[in-house]
Amino acid sequence: MNLTPSISSLTVVPLVGALAVLALGSNRKLARGVALAFAFLALLVTLLLWHHFNSASGTLQFEEVHAWIPALGVQYHVGADGLSLLMLLLSTLIVPMSMAASWHIQEKPSLYFALILLLEAGLIGTFTALNFFHWFLFWELSLIPAFFLIRLWGGSQRATAATQFFLYTMVGSVTLLLSFLALFLYTGIFDFITLGELARSGHLLQSLAATSHGTAATADRFALLLCLGALLGFAVKVPIVPFHTWLPATYAEAPTGITMLLTGTMSKMGLYGLIRILLPIFYLQMRSMRTPLLWLAVATVVLSAYAALVQKDLKRIFAYSSINHLGYCLLGIFSILKFTGDDPALLSEKAAALSGVFLQMFNHGLTAATLFWFVALLEKRSGGLRGLNDFGGLRKVAPVFCGLMGIALFSSLGLPGLNGFIGEFLIFKGVFPLAGWAASLSTLGLLLTAIFLLGIMQRVFAGPLNPSFAHMPDLTTAERLSLFPALALMVTLGIYPQLVLGVINSTVLHLVQQIR
Amino acid sequence: MTWIVRNLWLIPALPALAAGLSALAKRHQRRFSASLAIGAMGLSFLLSLCAFSQVMLAIAHGQASRQVVNFPWFQFGDQWLKLGWMLDPLTAIMLVMVTFVGLLIFIYSTGYMAHDDNFTRFFCFLSLFAAAMLGVVIANSLLLLFMCWELVGLTSYLLIGFWYHKPSAAAAAKKAFITTRIGDLAFLVGMLWLFSQAGTLLFYDQGAGCLEHSALTAMVAHLTSIGMAASTGIALLIFAGAVGKSGQVPLHVWLPDAMEGPTPVSALIHAATMVAAGVFLVARVYPLMAAHSDTASVITATTALQVVTWIGAITAVFAALIAVAQNDIKRILAYSTVSQLGYMMMGLGVGGVAVGMFHLITHAFFKSLLFMGAGSVIHGCQEEQDIRRMGGLSKLMPITFATYAVGMLALCGFPLFFSGFWSKDAILHAAMGWSISRVPFYLGSLGALLTAFYMTRQVYYVFFGTSRLASHNEVAPATHAPHSTSATPHESPSNMTVPLVLLATCAILLGAIGTPAWPWFDSFLSGESPVFAFAGFLEHGILPVMLTSTLIVFLGLALGWWFYGRKPILSADRPDALEQLHPGIFHVLQNKFYVDELYEHTVIRWNSALATFSDWLDRWVWNGVVMSVSNLVLGLSWLARSTDTYLVNTSFDEGCHTVTTSGKLLARLQSGRTQSYLRMVGIAFAALVLVLIWSARS
Repeated sequence: MNLTPSISSLTVVPLVGALAVLALGSNRKLARGVALAFAFLALLVTLLLWHHFNSASGTLQFEEVHAWIPALGVQYHVGADGLSLLMLLLSTLIVPMSMAASWHIQEKPSLYFALILLLEAGLIGTFTALNFFHWFLFWELSLIPAFFLIRLWGGSQRATAATQFFLYTMVGSVTLLLSFLALFLYTGIFDFITLGELARSGHLLQSLAATSHGTAATADRFALLLCLGALLGFAVKVPIVPFHTWLPATYAEAPTGITMLLTGTMSKMGLYGLIRILLPIFYLQMRSMRTPLLWLAVATVVLSAYAALVQKDLKRIFAYSSINHLGYCLLGIFSILKFTGDDPALLSEKAAALSGVFLQMFNHGLTAATLFWFVALLEKRSGGLRGLNDFGGLRKVAPVFCGLMGIALFSSLGLPGLNGFIGEFLIFKGVFPLAGWAASLSTLGLLLTAIFLLGIMQRVFAGPLNPSFAHMPDLTTAERLSLFPALALMVTLGIYPQLVLGVINSTVLHLVQQIR
Repeated sequence: MTWIVRNLWLIPALPALAAGLSALAKRHQRRFSASLAIGAMGLSFLLSLCAFSQVMLAIAHGQASRQVVNFPWFQFGDQWLKLGWMLDPLTAIMLVMVTFVGLLIFIYSTGYMAHDDNFTRFFCFLSLFAAAMLGVVIANSLLLLFMCWELVGLTSYLLIGFWYHKPSAAAAAKKAFITTRIGDLAFLVGMLWLFSQAGTLLFYDQGAGCLEHSALTAMVAHLTSIGMAASTGIALLIFAGAVGKSGQVPLHVWLPDAMEGPTPVSALIHAATMVAAGVFLVARVYPLMAAHSDTASVITATTALQVVTWIGAITAVFAALIAVAQNDIKRILAYSTVSQLGYMMMGLGVGGVAVGMFHLITHAFFKSLLFMGAGSVIHGCQEEQDIRRMGGLSKLMPITFATYAVGMLALCGFPLFFSGFWSKDAILHAAMGWSISRVPFYLGSLGALLTAFYMTRQVYYVFFGTSRLASHNEVAPATHAPHSTSATPHESPSNMTVPLVLLATCAILLGAIGTPAWPWFDSFLSGESPVFAFAGFLEHGILPVMLTSTLIVFLGLALGWWFYGRKPILSADRPDALEQLHPGIFHVLQNKFYVDELYEHTVIRWNSALATFSDWLDRWVWNGVVMSVSNLVLGLSWLARSTDTYLVNTSFDEGCHTVTTSGKLLARLQSGRTQSYLRMVGIAFAALVLVLIWSARS
């Protein structure tokens, strides 16, 4: 009997879960229990997909194609390669973690957990859709629950933060939508794979020139404009400096369980879009902007790390740290735009950089979400305080808390032996021969990260004990157990990264071959 | 391939396992944790001896002295990244040194840390450190070495900040991690460059490794845009990592602060092993450091080696000068360590691997001996660390005094009987014959003079004269009464003194393996069988250098006696003898040439300025643009609303009003009363008749 589940069924699981949780109504314990059960079910289905995935092949697997609106070229087309699968695993991992961190939410718990599941459905859809039409639906679908989660359960400035978050990402979405509508107008195609093939064969520019009655030069310029429009959508989501100012406020004001989702999974949507959509279709246009884009990546790495140095709110520090870590991914993505032809050595460097990017996406999601989880646990004990200078000497009363959060901090810092290191090493290994200056400048980010993360260790856990926390309880057994999988995964991936790299390798090679 | 080579990974794995297990131990399981750590370390020591004898046998039988085991770790693209370990003479000798010194310090710690609350945690960190350090030693891949190197940095951070409730300890731990990380990032860039040049990070891989002939030739031939060979650039970047870890100028500032950690940590990590890892790294990648296009001569002063030499020589004198004016017993030793590490670097630069490594090994023994002696003194003096408040301890702590004296003489390089003499002599002799310049030799000699001087000063302060501790604590002067008060200095327990005696023995005996007559160490490292030849002493320049350095040592000892031994030191509050001589210079030295202040006012300040700038950029520029755009949009919508309200709406309302008014007027006409209608009809009829008449007339 073939037990391979379909991607559609994976998308449906959280949707059904959301409806079920809503239907069950106001019983808090029941609602969160059912929500968690559905989150685990989604994780289980993803693990089954992982198990049945053929890692020797770099092409799309588990494909489903159904005609939907033939007149508009709209098909329901889903599929997963190594990158999609990795992002699915990350999303379905982070969701239960986020639920655990929100376990004691008091206000309208059923709505809260239903919205999380709805968000999860949006994520799964985004990471598997291959037709612009429903990809965009899912992309926007994930935005709406996030908005309400921030707006209804956030901190004191939540109204501003939620609006800023929504408007910022909406502007990006609008330009993205316009670009793809224009593409559709001139080619009649919504399918990402077909568009990518058109771009590689050179027909995309031809059809742009033909249908717009322009010369080749205007078609070039037009394609660049479309590329920029799509890029803006992803740049806001990742974010790329200077389109990032919504992020610190949003991360700080969102309830911490939702911040885990925002940083762990939603920030990956932008990167995923860059790799899955922008690179194959617009690689020529992106290549022409390679140097400025690399400068933006370096600015993202360095400026955000510097900004993190002066923040006083733990959540804002981790928010900037998040931007910094995603900056390394941008560095890797933009560096592989370099034209290499058939030089096998440089192709291998590109593969290293891209493998590093995939790994870093997963690692960052895991580590950053765990760090925000620790902040949530700290907030629970301090009655909402989370300033850098509000604590002091906590290691004395909460040694286990300190030790486990220390593991997550050092993972974020890129300590060898923990997961953060391999991804960053591979990115730098690949980027150095492709864009040596950018790699060298970005090492500054690695140094600054160490400064502010160790600053947290120093201010929060070391020094004389702050008397108002003299009776702060250490982690409970339940908390330790729920944190255990995340921390265990950090150590495992640090020692045995082949676990992930083995699965994504063919996908990396396939993508690198596409964008020589 | 022998059993020990295949299973060399066990040597770091055993302490790692011990660390993992004791991390899970409860706080009160002190004995379990300590015996686990010591047991694992003891086993590692035995395995290291096995490995050592294996190399000895291989050399005696004339076989290849280097064996490697490589294994794939993960794949990216179409290749696998490989790691590996190796056994060669350099690894073997380091393994034995690290495990032996480590084992002794573990045992010593059971005494020194006996009353600490976090005893179990301490042994967990120590074991983790040992595992990482042993990993550095056996690595056959620069990547594996780098990973263990970073883990060593982590454990150093954890152990410096072990007494985390002290803000100074927490700050020192952070400073150590950050400062060494600056070097490490240069190291990382060097490693990336090496990877892209050589295509591998394995040192030795049957001719394909990055330290082997073909890769080196290619790197020497590859010129960068500034005309420097790639090999030189890579070597210098890797050396920057060593500068950070080994506390060389200008990244030396963290090491003295690291003395905030417990004394066994200072002995193990910040004297014997971790700080020497930088020296070891340079020795490991020596083929790269010495790579040059001229294949005829064996040792030429390549650019990389010249830099190593100069940094080493400058550090040797710079730190020795600072050590002269310090008053904290551990800080004196810390600056002494920095200075001696400078010697090792200089030795590597001028004389090659054997010269630098010999001093590393002898130094590891006598410096850990000195630190543990200092720990014993501190332990006996109720945590007092200021040498001005000690004094007269030679009678109260006889074993500590005797072993400390051995360590001190070995460090000074007292002729013939102490190991330090032979290893320092080899460096000075090599510096004498250096082809580039004679200056490092003079700097080295000056450093030797200063070393003898500051150690004499310290010993006179600590062990001679009368105790000044009592007056400080306002307790009756020390007596020899059996029931002494707690303020009386006392000898340490045997689990602290036995390691001292063992190390002191080594500090004397080790000299025998590196004399010019029987240069066993030199030939062992180069994989040859040693030859005993008394004529070695008569080689060119050996005896004159020996005589010179002997004279220098005696001069230093004599100067120390002249200033500090001639008249007993009576009071802790009187200014130092040198301070009386020239207060200005003394204060500069006491304040460590104001390097910390310099960094505080330059690099650190610039860094904070950049951070503030970046935050400002975010709040006002980027966000400002966004806010301006949104304000613009808001303004436009306000305008639209105003137009709507005041222009469109108002006129519409006006229009409506007019219509209403006129409607009302018209409505009057339609009142529904027949009389009015008839009246209107009547009026209209009359009017019509009038009009018709009017028009008929005209």
